[in-house]
Amino acid sequence: MSAPLTLFEKIWKSHTIVEDEGGQTLLYIDWLLCSEGSSHAFEMVRRQGVKVRRPQQVFGVADHYAASGGPRMEDVVDEERRNMIRVLERNTGEAGIRLFGLGDPYRGIQHLLGPEQGLTQPGVIILCGDSHTSTQGAVGALAFGIGGELAHALATQTIWQRKPKKMRVRVEGRRPRGVSAKDVILAIIARLGHGGALQHAIEYDGAAIRGMSVEERMTVCNMSVEAGARLGIIGPDEKTFEYMRNRPYGPKDGAELDTAVAYWKTLATDPGAAFDKEEVIDAARLSPMVTWGNSPENAVPIDGIVPDPAHEADEQKRAAMERSLEYMDLRPGTRMRDIRIDQVFIGSCTNSRIEDLRAAAAVVRGRRAVVPGLVVPGSTQVKLRAEAEGLDRIFRDAGFRWGEAGCSMCVGMNGDNVPEGKRCASTSNRNFRGRQGRGSRTHLVGPEMAAAAALTGRLTDIRDLAVEG
Amino acid sequence: MDKFVTLTAVAAPIDMDNVDNDQVIPARLMRKPRGDGGYGRYLFHDLRFNADGGEKPDFVLNRPAYRGAKIIVASHNYACGSSRIGAVYAHYDFGIRAVIATSFGDVFFNNCFKNGILPVRLPAAVTAELRRQLRARPGATLTVDLERQTVTDTAGARHEFSVDSFARRCLLGGLSDIALTLEREKEILAFEERHRRSFSWLPLQR
Ligand code: SF4
Repeated sequence: MSAPLTLFEKIWKSHTIVEDEGGQTLLYIDWLLCSEGSSHAFEMVRRQGVKVRRPQQVFGVADHYAASGGPRMEDVVDEERRNMIRVLERNTGEAGIRLFGLGDPYRGIQHLLGPEQGLTQPGVIILCGDSHTSTQGAVGALAFGIGGELAHALATQTIWQRKPKKMRVRVEGRRPRGVSAKDVILAIIARLGHGGALQHAIEYDGAAIRGMSVEERMTVCNMSVEAGARLGIIGPDEKTFEYMRNRPYGPKDGAELDTAVAYWKTLATDPGAAFDKEEVIDAARLSPMVTWGNSPENAVPIDGIVPDPAHEADEQKRAAMERSLEYMDLRPGTRMRDIRIDQVFIGSCTNSRIEDLRAAAAVVRGRRAVVPGLVVPGSTQVKLRAEAEGLDRIFRDAGFRWGEAGCSMCVGMNGDNVPEGKRCASTSNRNFRGRQGRGSRTHLVGPEMAAAAALTGRLTDIRDLAVEG
Repeated sequence: MDKFVTLTAVAAPIDMDNVDNDQVIPARLMRKPRGDGGYGRYLFHDLRFNADGGEKPDFVLNRPAYRGAKIIVASHNYACGSSRIGAVYAHYDFGIRAVIATSFGDVFFNNCFKNGILPVRLPAAVTAELRRQLRARPGATLTVDLERQTVTDTAGARHEFSVDSFARRCLLGGLSDIALTLEREKEILAFEERHRRSFSWLPLQR
């Protein structure tokens, strides 16, 4: 018998080409996704006089600059941004790379496209330039962001990596009513801290994770990086196998799927496999969460208050809290539910899948938003599905804008900004200073809580709002 | 790529923990081409400049003594958050060639090596002491020696650091990691063949 291995180690091992003396491993990359930010990497590949090694294993995605106002190039807000997309078109076109571009029926955020297309499968390695690639670990793939290593990945279809340490976060018990997958991950990050998982790969497990749908698991894995982790991953199970069926790049139903599933079943972490760090969280004790500061770790239960830096013993942390409170224009002791908001964003790779939109729509159905709201589906497929179910009408009737798929206000690169000094309840993953636009103030929440905030104009406890089934 | 062997230069202290990449370079500036002048003026853009473009005189890199800094000494979790290559370019184009911190955002840390910047991890007590010295003597220099793997502070004390041997080799020789990896072409090809057989249901390129 060989030593028990974790899911992460099994995938790492099956993709190891070289174990180098310097502690770095050369890993093979099954799939590589790149968006508009890849221009520097393509440039570097050209400058070195090499080619994209496996263009059929690389995919381009126009998501960061794609306009939510419409599907065409003319809809993109200005020339500078149109140019970013044109450069991506040119780079992918020249290399023979399939591009999920503006008018594409599969247009969307890269981290939704991977799983939606069936590229992201249990046991594969899928990489993107963008850090929230960790989203895709939800189906049991090794998925992480590589930023500046993209040029190397394009040129060699491999990546040198130092093996991260292993952490397991077990979420046991059952989530109470009103507690979404977003609340679970915000609570985990609050517990671990902003750097608490640095240089670790987190495997999530436990009854509450098993109880989640594959899409909910994506929300959890998405924000792993906000605790500093390299990636998040969840062992594939029957739900995963079901999710993988009939996807364009997935195994075909029948013998091919059977072979794949048989392999996928071998991937689960072996009993007795060791982790460097373990955390256990009781889902039953969780509440809907909301952030007050400029780090995702600044999450508190919605019935909580803005914390007082005076109670923080660590000088550095106290200073950071004070800076956040000043930037966010909040006073210690303020009840979170008393914080007025100016607008709402429902979208981003954290919370823009069909289940997120359904959950938010159930809250707003038949009601009116009192502040401006924007809903942006994560992919065109999600958008079409939502429209077929009439969700767009529910949002529009409540006063929300309904956009074309993309990153939109998560990062404000496509022109959808939160104006200076304004406060936004957002389903995205980062509340950093200026993230949603210069001077923007972001409160991270789940989709139901964002919807509820739009209806009341303040941060709102979803459990206080009666939701029609 | 530039070689990095040893560097003696003015160092600027940055005391904040968790400096995220949205502060290093705001996302909206990432669509600027790197061409003339490069990304140097975007480094810490919103901390360095007011909305009207005027400099904020208090920010460390705007103070005369630190303007020519080639080294930054920071604290915990430096350059974390969004993985944006522009964060490295902004440092590089500003003239920064070494960043010393207690810990770094992973992606930034790795990207530095590939772009001619040496990131150095040192214990919290050491980085705090270095920052204290630099505040006490604005414009003082540190020496970062990659060959010996030491940082020499303003008082002449040497602090050893460890660094990955592969990354060290690239930086010392100014070699591209792409060229080094492609020397392993045979191994990669053999792997691909085996891999396509074991993952027969994946539509990988032949
Ligand atoms: S939605 Fe936001 S976090 Fe996700 S890929 Fe787009 S910009 Fe990045």
